[in-house]
Amino acid sequence: MDDLTIIGNGITGTTVARHVRKRSSRPITVISSEYPYLFSRPALMYVYMGHMRFEHTKPYEDWFWEKNEIMRLFDHVESIDTDRKMLRLRQGGERPYGTLVIATGATTQKFGWPGQDLPGVQGLVSKQDLDLMEENTRHVRRAVIVGGGLIGIEMAEMLTTRNIPVTFLVREEFYWDNILPKEEARMITRHVYEHGIELRLSTQLKEILPGPDGRVRAVITDKGENIACEFVGVTTGVRPLIDAVKGSKIEANRGILVNEYLETNVADVYAAGDCAEFRTPRPRHPKVEQLWYTGRMQAEALARTLCGDRTAYDRGIWFNSAKFFDIEYQTYGFVSNIPLPDENSLFWEHEDHKHSIRIVYLAKSEEVIGFNLLGVRYRQDVCRRWIQEKRTVRYVLEHLGEANFDPEFFGEMEPAVVEAFNRQSPYSQVRLRRRRGVTNLTQA
Amino acid sequence: MSTIILNPSSNVSLSLAPHPHPNLGTVKKSGLALFGLGLLMLFVSLTGASDGTPLLFLLLSFGLASAGGLLYILPQIRENPPGIKHNSIFFSAAMARGAIGWIIGICFTGFYVLLYWFPELLTRWIRLTDPLSAVLRGRPADQWFLYGTFYTLAILVMGARMFVKYRHSRYQQIRTASVMFFQLGFAFLIPAWLELLNQPGFYFTYFWPLRPYSLWPGDVQSLMNHPGGLGIFMVFWGAVMTFVATPVLTYFFGKRWYCSWVCGCGGLAETLGDPFRQLSDKSLTAWRVERVLIYSVLVFVTVTTLLLWGNSYSGGAVLGGLSQGFASWYGFLIGSVFSGVIGTGFYPIMGSRVWCRFGCPMAAILGILQRKFSRFRITTNGGQCISCGNCSTYCEMGIDVRWYAQRGQNIIRASCVGCGVCSSVCPRGVLNLENGPMKGRYNLG
Repeated sequence: MDDLTIIGNGITGTTVARHVRKRSSRPITVISSEYPYLFSRPALMYVYMGHMRFEHTKPYEDWFWEKNEIMRLFDHVESIDTDRKMLRLRQGGERPYGTLVIATGATTQKFGWPGQDLPGVQGLVSKQDLDLMEENTRHVRRAVIVGGGLIGIEMAEMLTTRNIPVTFLVREEFYWDNILPKEEARMITRHVYEHGIELRLSTQLKEILPGPDGRVRAVITDKGENIACEFVGVTTGVRPLIDAVKGSKIEANRGILVNEYLETNVADVYAAGDCAEFRTPRPRHPKVEQLWYTGRMQAEALARTLCGDRTAYDRGIWFNSAKFFDIEYQTYGFVSNIPLPDENSLFWEHEDHKHSIRIVYLAKSEEVIGFNLLGVRYRQDVCRRWIQEKRTVRYVLEHLGEANFDPEFFGEMEPAVVEAFNRQSPYSQVRLRRRRGVTNLTQA
Repeated sequence: MSTIILNPSSNVSLSLAPHPHPNLGTVKKSGLALFGLGLLMLFVSLTGASDGTPLLFLLLSFGLASAGGLLYILPQIRENPPGIKHNSIFFSAAMARGAIGWIIGICFTGFYVLLYWFPELLTRWIRLTDPLSAVLRGRPADQWFLYGTFYTLAILVMGARMFVKYRHSRYQQIRTASVMFFQLGFAFLIPAWLELLNQPGFYFTYFWPLRPYSLWPGDVQSLMNHPGGLGIFMVFWGAVMTFVATPVLTYFFGKRWYCSWVCGCGGLAETLGDPFRQLSDKSLTAWRVERVLIYSVLVFVTVTTLLLWGNSYSGGAVLGGLSQGFASWYGFLIGSVFSGVIGTGFYPIMGSRVWCRFGCPMAAILGILQRKFSRFRITTNGGQCISCGNCSTYCEMGIDVRWYAQRGQNIIRASCVGCGVCSSVCPRGVLNLENGPMKGRYNLG
């Protein structure tokens, strides 16, 4: 039977393997030079913080892969010859493949700063990065983090648990305000300060300076500030890791180019996850999706295709979530950082600046298109259904309690949200009819 | 002490040198000192120094240790903004099976061995609690009063720690208040007060089969024969709790109404045991062992109970020796060794719920009801799991919560005690403890 080779055993590669295995008994080999077993990449931070051991980040016990006959090969793919259907491995020489899935993920994006490759300067993507960070931060008196995204704030949290003072350079006016609307970005910015982080907003890195020992000694910002530090975390985004396809006939731009079926330009070669780039993404969809969820969903679609049921990748109603120190973030549907002209936005923020709810809807039809939540949990199924069914903001507000997913006894914020709406539109009052509860959820 | 900077322009943290062990601050250090002093006094009393002045030494030992514990715990409120702070737990010598963990484990285990089989060695400690026992019960203390005092203080002091740790979670606060209330009131003060009134020192929060005696002929008959109606009420209460309240409450709320809200064993696990919850074994093998053991204990206690009643009806003619043998072996193996020595003594080695998970027959019954006939479930919120493993790691019952969460499945497991910590530690808001219609609650993807 046709053999399936997967390069990369992150969430994308292993999800392809698991779902193909559910549907077929064909031989499956997963090649990785990172670690022999799947681990949760977003959980690496918790290992550094001492919340978990690395072992705990493995979603499956080690016997799982043998039992499901998913062979693992600890090696590195140097190049791919699609004519001969052959991989060149760093250690294992040449290895043929039948069908190939490239799920090599991403790596730290650097922008050519002087000194960016000095010892003590690093990103945080792989297990090797985690081990390196453990090493690099051992005797550090101050760390500088460059780039105000999700990995940046996670790195800041990690370092504070080791009592290492952090200076956080953020290009934007407020933390992550290229994604978050200004109000939410302000809340998180405030929370970052609360944790003792030295934020440098609207500030970019210019240069990293070496010390006499050849390690990083200081950084210089575009505002001319010289910050002494022994560690620099580079978190200005990640770029697809596509070294394996260089020199092959597989087309790549930033990432490996694929169509909606995750097929590359070469027959029997597919790419998915952080390393893939869509040739023609749908409107308001990015070309490269680099999230845990999208990797998993792409893999599920691809596994169907590989088992003969050619399935286009469709991520459905958008969702994402994160945690900024103590504040959880969930988003459903479309919420732009700057509202589009035809959109209205209802925003309510708790006076403690740690909880907020935003509902975005179209001005004309009043249909809800997105939710943004900080410090409050909402049900994905309910929000998705409302967006899919094009429910109006009034309907959503009346039933808002149905979406609340906070634990029992937590204060309910929905009455305040409805009140905020009624203040905005005093001529047509909305009354909250549904409180929190699961009784009506069976149709979800 | 770490500094919280609320003013963005402040540069205070620049002056902080990195500390692998941050300065504890005066209050916390004093707390530790007092706690140490209290322990020291406990050992000093073993020399006989406390003879004649038990009250003084009671205050110097139990009193100082408790006050010290609180002084250490309460300032933590100011150290960090509220939120999950499991920082450095797996670097800790106490909480990650390091040297201190083993020492604590041996001390706990040793204490139980002395308590059950060599109480005379604890005589001087028992005498320390005489003044308290005199006030509460109107009689001198015995080893069980000493144990109850330790137990209750542990739940109260470590309960305060839970309040500090979970000051952002009302579910955890209310649940902790509940176990503190039931321990202090129903498992300590009320039984003592009943004894003061010459009534049976009855525990209204322990029922058959966790406390099998509640429905064994010996206790039942002596309660029924007790002058006044209270003894009969107690028998009635025990039977109603076992046969009516247990299934009804479990149907509505799941097993948690008892295991993590009322039960004393659960109360200790959720407070004193909380620093060790991450040590439970999450492997499939452990789950297999758990199922064999816990249902074996349930069968054991049920057979023993039936034998005892059979023997009682037959006037002791047929099953006398056999049923008594079962009863005393059950008391020794399950009541003492399993629930005490291993159940609590092994906290720092196997996590806080060893007894509840592998042994408790009450948990077995509640678990069957929860699995088959309950509105309770842990709901998984769509596809948002990132498989990080915090939920599984901090599940004291060793449930691999992530296994279900990452598939988008609800979690319905017999062993889940509904502590809610998986939901608290989830960094993506994926898990929630809920009661709802039984239809569709499994939500299999």
